[in-house]
Amino acid sequence: MLNVSGLNVAYGHVQVLRGISIYVNEGEIVTVIGSNGSGKSTLLKAISGIVRANAGEIKFNGRHIERNPAEKIVSHGISQVPEGRQLFGELTVLENLQLGAYLRYRKRGGSKAEIVRDLEFVYTMFPVLKDRVGQPAGTLSGGEQQMLAIGRSLMSRPKMLLLDEPSMGLAPIIIQNIFETLKDLREKGLTLLLVEQDAFVALELADRGYVLQNGSVVLHDTGSNLLNNEEVRNIYFGQRKTRGSQ
Amino acid sequence: MVAVRALLKTRRTGLALYGTAMALLPLMFSNDYYVKVLIILGINILIVLGLNLLMGYAGQVSIGHAAFYGMGAYASAIVTTKYGMSPWFGLLASIILGGIVAYGIAIPTLRLKGHYLAMATLGFAEIVHVLFLQLKDITGGTDGISGISTLSIAGFLFDSPQKLYILVWIVVMAGLIISINLANSRVGRALRAVHGSEIAAASMGIDTAKYKIQIFVLSAVFACIGGSLYAHMAGFVSPDSFTLGVSITLVTMVVLGGMANVWGAIIGASTLTILEEYLKGYEDFNMVIFGLILVLVMVFMPQGLYGAGTRVIGLIKRRFKLIPDTAGEESAAS
Repeated sequence: MLNVSGLNVAYGHVQVLRGISIYVNEGEIVTVIGSNGSGKSTLLKAISGIVRANAGEIKFNGRHIERNPAEKIVSHGISQVPEGRQLFGELTVLENLQLGAYLRYRKRGGSKAEIVRDLEFVYTMFPVLKDRVGQPAGTLSGGEQQMLAIGRSLMSRPKMLLLDEPSMGLAPIIIQNIFETLKDLREKGLTLLLVEQDAFVALELADRGYVLQNGSVVLHDTGSNLLNNEEVRNIYFGQRKTRGSQ
Repeated sequence: MVAVRALLKTRRTGLALYGTAMALLPLMFSNDYYVKVLIILGINILIVLGLNLLMGYAGQVSIGHAAFYGMGAYASAIVTTKYGMSPWFGLLASIILGGIVAYGIAIPTLRLKGHYLAMATLGFAEIVHVLFLQLKDITGGTDGISGISTLSIAGFLFDSPQKLYILVWIVVMAGLIISINLANSRVGRALRAVHGSEIAAASMGIDTAKYKIQIFVLSAVFACIGGSLYAHMAGFVSPDSFTLGVSITLVTMVVLGGMANVWGAIIGASTLTILEEYLKGYEDFNMVIFGLILVLVMVFMPQGLYGAGTRVIGLIKRRFKLIPDTAGEESAAS
């Protein structure tokens, strides 16, 4: 479904991604883990068109998208839940969700009834959002904001969801809640590419995982193999070793 | 849904109330001068509505709107006096000229963000002002252009302030309806998204560059129409009417009323236009007071008069238990 090959990205003179190649099959959950500054977020931003690649290609369903601007890529069916949520803080919860459905009014025969139905779908997934429809998004708690960010991305009816650190700054119980939802979404046919700092939760959820280091892929295996990989456990779990063996 | 329908209703009632009040206002004054002030007020409201869409909604600051105001006025003046054409062609010329120039300006400048865009528009306005002064063959230099004919429809001449006011009223109401509809539509939401975060807006599929250019052009056209109406009312234009001070006054009006609010634009434009009339005697003192207002509002009332007003009303209502304590309850209840 998604095929990235030989991707190079630099910010000015600083080379961030060096020849990254990854693929994601339809219906999969794939995670990219790595420490701070390894280039995880940049990889997602390059796929969603927010940063431009210097070299390499990105193909989505056989179509080259590496030269497309961000707003075009959304219309192909890739939606990003950005790092730090990037909600429109002064707009209400409802307005944020409506913005998610921005491309569906005229194009591709989007109908209002369908958008209302999708709103209901988001509300059943995250009931707390329904209680907050009229509230400015900036007044929500961190967990609610993350739910809204995911809900907003879903409103574009993506084929593939890119998630950038959805667990950031959230309590473990809320992380669990959100990751349960991600699993549900996959069962409904969505493909997920997940970037996470919290390697443990990410690898538990994912079918496959890539480990990034200094802008290159150093390991690629199934989620459970990576969980048990000695190197990964040493580097990324640290004191979590005991929890990993539960 | 109920809340949405109720909102629609209040919006329409507000519009109808305001429209009637504005239509009846000139009847209170027998003096032509006051009616002329009301016309200026209408023109300012029109320009500020456009500028508010650009600044308040899309978050793009322009300190150069006096240039478009002036271009509209000069286009009308030149077309009617030099070429002896109907004033309607003057209005048409000002809209076309304003639209084209704004588009040309928008493409390079809207790539700039924040203060740089403000600087670019400031520079543009200064250039236009210098052109008004120096292109003596076309603009008459410091003397300006006089003898601009009045507008007319089918033999009905808008030759007195009272008559012209009717036309200004129609144009302002049209501008107001366009603004309200735009602000509450998908486009308005997209503009506010651009204001919030351009990257996030692009991730929603919003073509941010396109919207920024379109709204810039729209606000410039509003200003040009205002300029055109001004020229036909005053019968005379000169560079003095389109200085940097005017641009800043317009920005102050937007900020004072309350950004990203159509009614705020009206409140801001009205307050400052009337204040400006009172301060006519202290010509140079004007800008000092406006500057002070701008700073005070920014610091103490970032939501402007409209925002402060609604907050006070909310506090009073809560104080007397007219509405439940929880904020946002009314809109969330449906």
